[in-house]
Amino acid sequence: MTQNGNREITYLEAVREGLILEMRQDPEVFLLGEDIGIYGGAFGVTRGMLEEFGPERIRDTPISEAAIAGAATGAALMGMRPIMEIMFMDFLTISMNQLVNQAAKIRFMFGGKASIPMVVRAPAGSGTGAAAQHSQSLEAWFIHTPGIKVVAPATAADAKGLLISAIRDNNPVIFMEHKLLYRTKGDVAEELYAIPLGKADVKREGSDLTIVAYSIMVPRALEAAEQLAEEGINIEVVDLRTLKPLDEKTIIRSVSKTGRVLIAHEAPRTGGFGGELAAVIAGSEAFDYLDAPIRRLAGRDIPIPYNRTLERSTVPQVEDIVAAARTLAQEGR
Amino acid sequence: MTISKVVLETDTSPVTSTGLLDELPKEKLAWMLQKMCETRYFEEKAEELYIRGQVHGTMHLSIGMEAASTGAIAALRPDDLIIHHHRGHGHTIAKGADITLMIAEFLGKEPGYCRGRGGSMHIADIPGGNLGATGVVGSGIPTSVGIALALQMRKSDKVLLSFFGDGATNLGEFHESLNMASVWKLPVVFLCDNNQYGMSAAIKKVTNIDRLSTRAVSYGIPGETTDGNDILAVYQATQTAIDRARAGEGPSLVENVTYRWRGHSKSDRNLYRTQEEIDDWKTRDPIVRFKQVLVEANVMTDEEVEAVDQQAKATIDQAAEEAVSFPEPSPENMEDEVYAP
Repeated sequence: MTQNGNREITYLEAVREGLILEMRQDPEVFLLGEDIGIYGGAFGVTRGMLEEFGPERIRDTPISEAAIAGAATGAALMGMRPIMEIMFMDFLTISMNQLVNQAAKIRFMFGGKASIPMVVRAPAGSGTGAAAQHSQSLEAWFIHTPGIKVVAPATAADAKGLLISAIRDNNPVIFMEHKLLYRTKGDVAEELYAIPLGKADVKREGSDLTIVAYSIMVPRALEAAEQLAEEGINIEVVDLRTLKPLDEKTIIRSVSKTGRVLIAHEAPRTGGFGGELAAVIAGSEAFDYLDAPIRRLAGRDIPIPYNRTLERSTVPQVEDIVAAARTLAQEGR
Repeated sequence: MTISKVVLETDTSPVTSTGLLDELPKEKLAWMLQKMCETRYFEEKAEELYIRGQVHGTMHLSIGMEAASTGAIAALRPDDLIIHHHRGHGHTIAKGADITLMIAEFLGKEPGYCRGRGGSMHIADIPGGNLGATGVVGSGIPTSVGIALALQMRKSDKVLLSFFGDGATNLGEFHESLNMASVWKLPVVFLCDNNQYGMSAAIKKVTNIDRLSTRAVSYGIPGETTDGNDILAVYQATQTAIDRARAGEGPSLVENVTYRWRGHSKSDRNLYRTQEEIDDWKTRDPIVRFKQVLVEANVMTDEEVEAVDQQAKATIDQAAEEAVSFPEPSPENMEDEVYAP
């Protein structure tokens, strides 16, 4: 127990706790996905839930990602609140028609007379040696699809609170869970609580430079900021938490204050969300406060490779953020 | 496991299920004729409006296929559900839609079913149990798994009819969905409106089986093929499948073999089939055939049958006249409609 009465639990446990608490109080919520029952899910998120909720609500499916997404979409159209677990975010490629052409469109296409309250839990990201087909970060595809919301929590406490809001939201929400975050620990309140979607969180205040990050890049940015603090560089870290809808106000306020911004994400640079963030900043009143160009640190434009050294070199690491932020802090001086 | 039953070739004989003529009340039979006629006149009106330049988008006409849509939906209870496809005017009419609001949608008007956002391909009437037409071939099939799952989990005794065309049966989504619905014993009937062409692709050229319903074998569910131009045959096969679904015994696959007289859409130049073939199928008009059956069985007189027909025509004419004058939607603030509050 910590002094505020919270416990320290892992990100994975926080996701599970959010699922359990919401399922206990809302009978319309259920889970479906591959191997989520007795196996407990590929990463163990749903371990033990079959015993409490039974096979109806912790629903194992065939290996049929299109039909899983369709089952979630159809149940949501009927007013239930399905949560589909895709084993790896990469496999959403097989679900895309249902997600993009059905779930995302139904509300608008039918004149606002229907809604699709569903959550897609998607373990994402690299760092586990799973290579090109089990390591992707596909958020940009979904951000680019009107009708879908995208959430990418970085801490255990955010994961639990944002998941509750995602389940209660009346729209399809892609909920990205970075695999390397699953074992990270944080202070999490025991009770049920919701963190609203669309609100960024300043995870560290600073005056010299803003790092805009989400998911795994948040702890890396915080670690980089600690190192640079020793060099006298005072960094502010903005954790977006929700990518769509985007909290532009918090980003603009921070960049207006620091005058320098580094955008960091794991997904490949070209066509990545960082380009959109840069455009939002450049087109805002923060532009007048910029003392240096907007910089982006992103994944290399290659598939994720297997070898540990190759894999590490593909996405931004703490030392990359340190180097980029150090250079940016001196630019334009 | 039930092995799919292979039935007769679609032919010109008037009817294959005359027993139903005794079972069904006259009002019901007259209603079936009415919905078929309304569908036919709706399609002809749609074509006319298009030719007159009053329609912005495309359309997919189901003329010649009225028995397949009306016959299946006639076997439903009013509170049951449907999900269907881009060639879906007939399903929407049979499910009881307000035809004025349908035409309004076709014309892109604000009072239309989808407020002019969906058009011909996406007409939905959620309160009426019509959960919408999808434009990507086969896309409604996986969604129907979820609809039926919700019915089952809520212990509802409602049933879902999930319509798609012959072209959809070669999609992976078809396979995934029928399998999933079968292992979960979901209350859904999969209805293949086999009009024999996926755009220009003859089903016989893209599929190596004679009857699409035989695919049911691989999911361990019943499969049946009917003469889809015989409304009573369609009704009967669907009724059997609905009974099974409602009893909690799971899905079935019903294939109704029919034919579309018109091209796939407005771009079609009919290069993939002969005029002789089209003319031959026109002699098997499902509406003419049903009228003949009703008269020959002394269910209705010639005059009664024609009265139903003319009333349907009047309904469509009146609806179109009203809908044309409806207001256009405003392009402002559409961003506010994308997400549900």
